[in-house]
Amino acid sequence: MMKTKWIWVLALLAITMMAWRAPAQSAGAGPAAMSVAPSAAAVNTGDNAWVLISSALVMLMTIPGLAFFYGGLVRRKNVLSILMQCFMLMCLISLQWILFGYSLSFGPDLHGWIGSLHWAGLQHVSFDTPHWDPVTASSYAGTIPHQTFMIFQMMFAVITPGLILGAFAERMKFSAFCVFSLLWATVVYDPVCHWVWGKGGFLGKLGALDFAGGTVVHINAGIAALVAALVLGPRLGYPQRMSPPHNLPFAVLGAALLWFGWFGFNAGSALSASGLATSAFVVTHTAAATAGLTWAVMDWFFNKRPTLLGVISGAVGGLVAITPAAGFVNVLGALGIGLGAGILPWIFVSLVKPKLGYDDALDAFGVHGVGGTWGAIATGLWATKAVNPAGADGLFYGNPTQLLIQLKAVGVTLVYALVVSFVLLKLVDLVLGLRAEPQAEKIGLDLTDHRETGYTMLD
Amino acid sequence: MKYIVAIIQPDRLEEVMQRLEEKEIHLVTVTTVMGRGRQKGIAEVYRSHKEAGTLLKKIKLEIAVNDAFVQPMLAAIIEGGRTGQVGDGKIFVLNLDECIRIRTGETGGPAIG
Repeated sequence: MMKTKWIWVLALLAITMMAWRAPAQSAGAGPAAMSVAPSAAAVNTGDNAWVLISSALVMLMTIPGLAFFYGGLVRRKNVLSILMQCFMLMCLISLQWILFGYSLSFGPDLHGWIGSLHWAGLQHVSFDTPHWDPVTASSYAGTIPHQTFMIFQMMFAVITPGLILGAFAERMKFSAFCVFSLLWATVVYDPVCHWVWGKGGFLGKLGALDFAGGTVVHINAGIAALVAALVLGPRLGYPQRMSPPHNLPFAVLGAALLWFGWFGFNAGSALSASGLATSAFVVTHTAAATAGLTWAVMDWFFNKRPTLLGVISGAVGGLVAITPAAGFVNVLGALGIGLGAGILPWIFVSLVKPKLGYDDALDAFGVHGVGGTWGAIATGLWATKAVNPAGADGLFYGNPTQLLIQLKAVGVTLVYALVVSFVLLKLVDLVLGLRAEPQAEKIGLDLTDHRETGYTMLD
Repeated sequence: MKYIVAIIQPDRLEEVMQRLEEKEIHLVTVTTVMGRGRQKGIAEVYRSHKEAGTLLKKIKLEIAVNDAFVQPMLAAIIEGGRTGQVGDGKIFVLNLDECIRIRTGETGGPAIG
């Protein structure tokens, strides 16, 4: 037992060392700076302030937002395991991002597939001048320091594996969770992020629109969640003997913090304190409100009562769906996207999941996978250059091609996330074992994995 | 000595306590419990998943009394707890073998009051 633990520590160290060594070898071939590269004077203090605040807002989405959203939905005996997983992801993926994750995602392009390790350990990532890519003669964000862009993107990398844990909640071993999440962030998130957002990434070059991460974050995580739910199998006693959410007020607190943080996620993705940020802010709010209301109405109509869990699930679904579209659609588009995000995840969670019998414990796939896919496709319907000249027109604005491009990006991400997540899960299962022992699952992961309990019975 | 267990509606607790007070019965242990009778509970629904467990929140009173207090006490609980609707609850009267006051070591009747 001890022996296997040390192997993991050594493996982590080795990866870290490699990340530090690699750039030293390629440093000689570093690109010559072009004269048009922005200097420190190009930094706009307003833009920088907004993106820094947005980074903090997106951080808030994982802890405590997602942690309490998911933590409230599990049983009492597993509440700490969820909070622990979210908190540990913040620590683990933040370091992965600084050491090599950011470089793999946004570093100098290698054939459209992945970034090089040239920026490992944040080498060549300036804290006072904006990023500049000499190959495309463009910048990720020309008016904010490169490190501001880096830390903003870091928070996205942290929350994405966090979304997946909703699927395997209450039954995955903590050690397996840590290893899987680290591998998944490196082998799935970083490449897909590069394809869509990295300079030279092939999906970005194709013209796929993803303003704030519908494909990169939500479809990616949603599909991985479905695969994880299938590979791990249902919780003991599912679906007949499952207790209801142990603390719905926690879930509401978490969902409200997600909504709040999402303003940073979407409006911050404008990477400037501009009119585009305002537009993204407004459509984000509109879609969340529409989807929350829609879910409540669906509940009211089909289940006789509007439910609180329904309203917050709908709102989160709306936020997921508007994410790729936030910088490309107007309020009319946001209403349409919100309406779909209230209906489609409802159908999946209420009708499809029980019929197929897989145990996506907290509906990570049902809300993020389905909502994200709807959002990516809907971006191809409602996108308009009137909102963002750098974007494209969608089907409803006379450009059916955009819809096809969106479908292609969805398809590529879906297949890649599905296959690689499956392989990673099987690999971790082989080496460590994914599932907690049945006895541990019955007692609860708080006590068996962490030797703590969330609530004492007596004072 | 009798040991009385009563299950009542949560919103009747205050009324019952007041009636007991009027009859000079001050000692009572109260717990929140889940239960159901013939009226059944109300099914909860989470993301369209209907929960099988249909229990309702009830209040359980436990009181140990000397024989002279049994009738006044039962009257107090019935007066305070009755609404006339299904689900008002039940009272169980049990024989009590022994009672010991931990502080003084007194036993039997004197230990109860």
